[in-house]
Formats: sequence, structure tokens, C-alpha cells
Amino acid sequence: LGHDIHFHDKKIALLEAGPRKEYDHMPDSYSNRVSSISPGSATLLSSFGAWDHVCSLRLKPFRRMQVWDACSEAMIVFEKDDLDDMGYIVENDVIMSALTKQLDAVADRVEVFYRSRAVGYTWPLPSHSCDTSPWVQIELADGRRLQTKLLIGADGHNSVVRREAGIKNIEHQYDQSAVVATLHLSEATDNNVAWQRFLPTGPIALLPLSDTASSLVWSTSHEHASELLAMDEESFVDSINSAFWSNINHSDFIDTAGAMFRSAISLLKPSGTAVRQLPPSVAEVDPESRAMFPLGMGHATEYVQHRVALIGDAAHRVHPLAGQGVNLGFGDIACLAHHLSAAAFNGSDLGSLKHLLKFETERQRHNVSLIAATDLLKRLYSTRLAPLVLLRTWGLQATNALPPVKVRI
Amino acid sequence: QLSLFRLAAKRPFSTSHSSVDSEEIKKFQLLAHKWWDEEGEYSALHSMNDIRVPFIRDTLMSMSDNYHLGNPLSGVKILDVGCGGGLLSEPLARLGASVTGIDPLEDNIRTADRHKSFDPVLAKRIQYKSSSLEEIVEESMETFDVIVASEVVEHVADLETFIKCCSQVLKPEGSLFITTINRTQLSYVLGIVVAEKIMGIVPEGTHEWEKFVPPEELEHLLESNGFSVKTVNGMLYNPLWGSWSWMESTSLNYAVHAVKSGAQGQSGLTDAPAEMDIQQHSATAGTAG
Repeated sequence: LGHDIHFHDKKIALLEAGPRKEYDHMPDSYSNRVSSISPGSATLLSSFGAWDHVCSLRLKPFRRMQVWDACSEAMIVFEKDDLDDMGYIVENDVIMSALTKQLDAVADRVEVFYRSRAVGYTWPLPSHSCDTSPWVQIELADGRRLQTKLLIGADGHNSVVRREAGIKNIEHQYDQSAVVATLHLSEATDNNVAWQRFLPTGPIALLPLSDTASSLVWSTSHEHASELLAMDEESFVDSINSAFWSNINHSDFIDTAGAMFRSAISLLKPSGTAVRQLPPSVAEVDPESRAMFPLGMGHATEYVQHRVALIGDAAHRVHPLAGQGVNLGFGDIACLAHHLSAAAFNGSDLGSLKHLLKFETERQRHNVSLIAATDLLKRLYSTRLAPLVLLRTWGLQATNALPPVKVRI
Repeated sequence: QLSLFRLAAKRPFSTSHSSVDSEEIKKFQLLAHKWWDEEGEYSALHSMNDIRVPFIRDTLMSMSDNYHLGNPLSGVKILDVGCGGGLLSEPLARLGASVTGIDPLEDNIRTADRHKSFDPVLAKRIQYKSSSLEEIVEESMETFDVIVASEVVEHVADLETFIKCCSQVLKPEGSLFITTINRTQLSYVLGIVVAEKIMGIVPEGTHEWEKFVPPEELEHLLESNGFSVKTVNGMLYNPLWGSWSWMESTSLNYAVHAVKSGAQGQSGLTDAPAEMDIQQHSATAGTAG
């Protein structure tokens, strides 16, 4: 918003709980918190000059994504026909640094309060003829007071803004935690493929960082996650390799049924089946890089209220299996910025519900279906039961064979 | 009643014709505090901002050589006649203009003043005065770049006097923007019967059909008083969505843009009024249909 021309004489304050993060060059080791950035999100970041900084620090584009089942041979491959990148794996610190640089560029309009925390909010009363200020009042931990026409809550899935505004949240804790780590591959490779395998305990994904390193995101039960963190490095590496390579969960029945379906498809659509490639094997894990965090899903019943808007995880929280969490947030940002920019150009009061509701409708329509689909996939893939495995096997194979459906994803 | 008395006493050069109609004043007195409830009695006026602000903004931008997209009306002095609670004054001021808002009803001015007082930027850019148009003519000859009279001329007692006064306080080549309602069978059915009595879009009794102004009459009055009418465009209110849009026909609501001629004494060149192209600036929000 600070870079938007229609915001030329507006003032924006950003309250950030963490410290200022800016890097001129990245340390040799990779951070274990990474995000998969979609091309749409990259476009948003480049619209105000942040993407250039990301590129100058480091990122890894990937061209292909292979997703397959542990209980069958079914798999789906996403690939762009032209030589465009499908997406980018970027460390979160890199994105933060790029954003910090671009915030500095508009420091006359955007003031960032690092290491700050809001402790109290005073909401405007709905009555329109009262004498108290119609703006939102915010009290900071250090005693300073701010007032604003529009408060945007971007404070994560435990959003305080959401809670204080009285917006109800539908949430559900998954019985899973995600284990992240930075891994080193056995041998250098092009490494431009993202791999994800659905195990009955949860999906395990390998996201490329460089020719020799990849990032691990393994969603599994809380107990298993703790075990993974506790075991020695060699056992950890072995678990990863066997998770990707072993066929222990296959059953003959499923294999035969799957093979039958595959031959049927290859009759109808010869190009509809693809060869399953094997992911690279892992040699070692970066010490200190193992971490885990619990997973859940959430969706706020409202994204907006008079003078309040929620974006990102404060509005919705998804399972990492689709790698979409941060991209949904970027989508929220692009949409809200568009509506606020138009409102500013119309001279409107920025906190007015009229344009905030347009943002809410647009994003809820988009987000709800994706969140529901992600949740459904998570549940569908959490079982070994034959009928469901068959369903998802055939479903995956069919989806892989049908270009229109794949393109939409 | 007290405010009417003050008005009468303040008029030193009172003519027998005045543009302020005392009956009209009484109607608005009751609703003076309801202006800023976006869902209330004035909701249709709030949503009218979605088309009248871009109309004024884009017209002025197209007439100017240099403007800044972040502050498109910077340096422009605007007079908002019949400003009410300041519904239109505030967005225009946010876009950079210096706005003077006048309204004969003191309660309206009080509401407008209080509402702008919470915003330091608006408080500086807007001045409100409880006054009729004639009363400020003496001290404001050729002062303003733009006059906006939105939803006002259908309440005015003497339209010709009103237009003459507009001409006096407007700089040469200055712009006059008017939005009002046409006097047709359709506007009686939809504008009075449906809008007031049935659907309650406008509080009952707000409008008198006999005072609605046909665009031909308005154009004639403007042209014979030193204005050149540039644009006439019809407006339509959709009660389902509560939103306004432009329409070809002027049989209901319409908007006019006229320019005061530059040379003294010239009685306006008669340009054929053109249908307006809706200008699409890259960041303009589309109005909900």
C-alpha cells in the first residue's frame, strides 16, 4: 500500500512483534522455514519491487511437482508445458528482508514499529452522533497510543485483532504436527522438482533449495513427530528415505486395481499416464535444523467489520499439504490493496464497510473452496482402508490424465 | 424556527426572490443528525458518491494539464452548495480540494463540522458555513474553481436566481456540477410513489414532483446565464443493491456539467451537450450493477 500512488498522502503504521530483519547476503546454511511461492504471489511481490530483492538473495524455482500415494502406484504430475516455472521455494527470512528493503523505500508514508505489541483496542461505537472519536484506538505495550481509520489484522492464526473484534473463528486442531528440516542430498542434481508422498500418517514433502539441498516438510502424528526430532541424525535420514521409497503400504489388490485403471486410461488417452520418477535420496540433515510445530485448520466467520479487516492466517489457516497457506495470504493482500486503492481514489473513508465487504466476498469465495478441498484431501489420505485408497487412487490417476482439471489446479 | 429567523435578519440585500425555500428547510431539520448513518435515511446519498465523486474527479482531471494521481484535486477550490452533513464535501477534500460547504440549516452544519473534526486532514481542508448562496455572493465574487450543487436544485425556490449567483461566485471557465431529478411521469412513479411511499428509499415528503427540473429547462437557464453545458448524463438507482449507475436516459435522475464562459458578458456558446464517456482510470472501482 505504501507504494500505491493513490496512497500518496496517507499514513500507514506497521506493528511488528519481531526484530528488523535485513540481509545483504544470506548465510551459507539454509533456514528451515521456507515457503512455496506461486507465480501469482511472485507477481504481487514484483509489483512493488520486492521480488528483485528476493532474486538477488536466493530462491529455487521448480518446474515440476510429483505427488503420489504410499498405498498404491497412483500419482499425479504437475508440469507447465512451456518452460515457465511452476513456483519458487523461498526461505521466509529472504522474503522478510526483501519486504524490509521496500518498506524503507516508503518510510515517509509507512512507519514500522519493530518489537512492538498492541495491548488494548478501543473500537468505535456504532452510533453516529456521539462525541467520541469514530476511529479505532490502539494502545501499545510501551504506552504509546495510535488511532486509525482502518485496522488490518495480519497477526496469524491466533489473531488478537480477530479475538478482540469479537469475530468468531471456526477451528479444528489436526492430530498432526509438521517436522521441518534442511537436508543434504546424496548427489547433486538439477533438483527442480517438488516431491510429495501421501503416507497414511501424513504427507511428506521434499522442496528443492539448491542443487544439493532440499527442505523437508513432514506432517505426521504428534508422537511420531517427537520421535523424529529425538532420534539421531542417521536414523532420521533413514526414515526419510524409506518414507519416500518403501512400498510397504501397497497391497496386491490395490496394485492390480490401479494397474487395470491405468491400462484403461492409456487406451483412451495415450499421453495420460506418466512414468513415476524417484525422488533424490537424502544423505544428511543439517544439525540444529530440525523443528516441529502443530497443525490445524481455521476460518474466520467474517473477514471484515467496520474499520477492521483480517488477512492471511488471521482469517484462514490450512494444512501445508497443498503448499498454499502463504499464497492465500498474498491473494488476500492483492485483493484488499486493490479495493483500498480504488476507495482512496474515490475519496472514500478507508474504514468504510462498503468496500471492505467487496474484499470479503471476493476472498471468501476463493478461499473457502480451497480450504475445504485441502481439508478433504487431508482426511482422504489419512487412511489405509481399501475402498478409500481405491477411490483416491483412481481419482488421482484420472486427474492426472485430464489436462483441463490439472490446469485449474 | 430560530435558525430561519436568524437568516431573515442577516440578509441586508434581500431581494424578493430568494433561492432558499423555508418549507424545504423544515423537512430537513428533523433528519439533521442522521446524515452519517450509512445504512440509514441517507444511504442512497452515501452510495451516490460512488458515481458522483468519480464524475467530478475525472472531469476536472481531464480539464487540467497537471495533476497528481495521489492528490488529483489539489489546489482546486470547491463550493458545495446545500452540503447537508458534508457527505460530498469530505471525499472531495480527501482528494486534495479546498472545500467550502454551505447549507441554510444550522443543524446540518453542526453535524458536518463535528464529523470532520475527528480527521485532522479534513478539518483543515473543509470550511462549513450556515448560509444561503446569496449571502456569500458579496464576499466571494469569482472565488471558486468549481461549484457542486448535488440534489439541491429540486429544493430551491427560484432556480434562475440560484444559477445567477453560481455564476457570480464562480471564476471564469470554472465548472458547475449539478445532479437532480427530472420531472416526468416515470419520476413521479418511481421517484415519489415507489421511493418515498412504498420502499422508503427517501424519507416521505422529501421531494415535491412539481419542483423537479427537466434537463431542457435547466440547460436553457444555464445557457442564458453565461454557462456552456458540456455534459448531461442520466443516473439510475438500483434499490436491490443500493447502488447507482450511469444510464442513457435522463428521465429519472441526471447529472450536468457546465462551464462558465471566459469572456465577460458573453451569453454562452451553445455546444451540443455530449454523452459522457465513462473514463476508466486504471484504479477506478467499477460500480456494482
